[in-house]
Amino acid sequence: MKCQKCEKSATFHITERVGDKGQWEELHLCEACAKEYLGRSSPAQELELSAGALLQHLQIGQTAEQLAALDQRTCVVCGLSFYEFRNHGRLGCPNDYVCFQEQLDPLIANIHGATCHTGKRPRRAAVNLDAQTQLIRLRRDLRDAIHTEDYELASLLRDQIRELEKGGS
Amino acid sequence: MKLEEFASRCGEWLRGSGPESDIVVSSRIRLARNLADFPFIRKCTGLDRAEIERTLRDKFSRIAMFHDATYLDVNSLPDIDRRLLVERQLISLEHAEADGARGVAIDPTEQFSVMVNEEDHLRIQVMHSGLDLDAAWQQIDAIDDLLEEHVTYAFHDRLGYLTACPTNVGTGMRVSVMLHLPALVLTRQIEKVFRSLHKINLAVRGLYGEGSQAMGDFYQISNQITLGKSEQELIQQVGDVAPALIEYERKARQYLIDESRRDLHDRVSRAYGVLCTAQTISSEETMQLLSSVRMGVNLGLIRDVAIPTVNQLFIHTQPAHLQKLRGIDLDTADRNIERANYLQLHLRGGSTDDGPPQN
Repeated sequence: MKCQKCEKSATFHITERVGDKGQWEELHLCEACAKEYLGRSSPAQELELSAGALLQHLQIGQTAEQLAALDQRTCVVCGLSFYEFRNHGRLGCPNDYVCFQEQLDPLIANIHGATCHTGKRPRRAAVNLDAQTQLIRLRRDLRDAIHTEDYELASLLRDQIRELEKGGS
Repeated sequence: MKLEEFASRCGEWLRGSGPESDIVVSSRIRLARNLADFPFIRKCTGLDRAEIERTLRDKFSRIAMFHDATYLDVNSLPDIDRRLLVERQLISLEHAEADGARGVAIDPTEQFSVMVNEEDHLRIQVMHSGLDLDAAWQQIDAIDDLLEEHVTYAFHDRLGYLTACPTNVGTGMRVSVMLHLPALVLTRQIEKVFRSLHKINLAVRGLYGEGSQAMGDFYQISNQITLGKSEQELIQQVGDVAPALIEYERKARQYLIDESRRDLHDRVSRAYGVLCTAQTISSEETMQLLSSVRMGVNLGLIRDVAIPTVNQLFIHTQPAHLQKLRGIDLDTADRNIERANYLQLHLRGGSTDDGPPQN
């Protein structure tokens, strides 16, 4: 696909909100034109949002080396690598949203045109996400400990799990 | 619940009642939810899945609303039963074809079902006949609240409900209406309608959701984005576009009547004739002809069959239903014969409802 402003090939695909009735417009630009387009001042807040998203992509897109390094990154809780996510499109655990926030936020902004939830919230006081995802890791460690017959560690882990579960409900 | 018994019934969504039900077959809302203390399905071990399934099954049993519901262990169901549930729209195709511990709770009226271990740990869905999104929302909101009293959902302060796929994050909600649009297809306006829907960020899918082909001129219109708008706004987005589509379809039907009444009458009568007399018939042809008949009944061109009968035939003539109703496994050729028999029996022998047309 060619850039809509010059003859180079388009590498940036921007979805822009037009008007206030939720209409969308798609822009396909080359890197230079995208930078220029995003550099211009605009009153629309939505524009800042997608601009932010795009700049993130610019950073990511710098070198293949960096991309390769990014692909190697894994979530400490579930072990998902960014490469795996890029290939399958599914995340491994709630912590991935925190762990890969830098990469996911621009993607989420591109998909939804927003990065903040404004709808329903669980009624009960939600424990913080860290504590919740901690449970995922502790359970796995517990299973490993039992498997390797390290019962001392297992009992320690079990206590920690109970402690967290108490705080969470 | 015996699935044989269940097969012979007809789900809520094909009752053929509710507002605008000649065009809007059903209104459906689904919520994607995950338990905070387990990995998402992709990173679940077999043990994790089993534990999630056991936990949720146990929670269901403590909720009064689920007491009349039937819980089915989808993993141990025979293949044909799983396909029956897919044809009935109570589980998704992915859920039917997945591996590992998984299940579904189905309420007796088939207004709601809750899938366990689909793409997300929980997929709650509510389906109502006709255009009735508000009632569907009230019901699903209540189910969600009840479940939430028993489990901790994966929820992020800024991003909302966390889902396995970032396309569902936020509300985790998909709002859809299933429309029967034969006249827009006949007048070749359907593509234009789809293009304008895409422009306002609404998705169009076939009868069985993602990736399925439009069968029998049924189309599902649903929201594409799930984050940044409240549930009410998302419902409104789909709810607002439905009257316009109904209007287009009615205009197209009127156009067909005004411009070529005889051709249209001929078309629906032939469709009816083939369905009543065929000796062997495929599922695809059946769907296509039933679509014409459905429109014919709604326009008063066919008077000797009722809409609920036609609706039911759409489902009962599909492969798994047909075999379940007959009580034996049938290969494709035998199914085509059985399907023709079934249609004859129900169109010619069965209902002779001379009630007023539903248009």
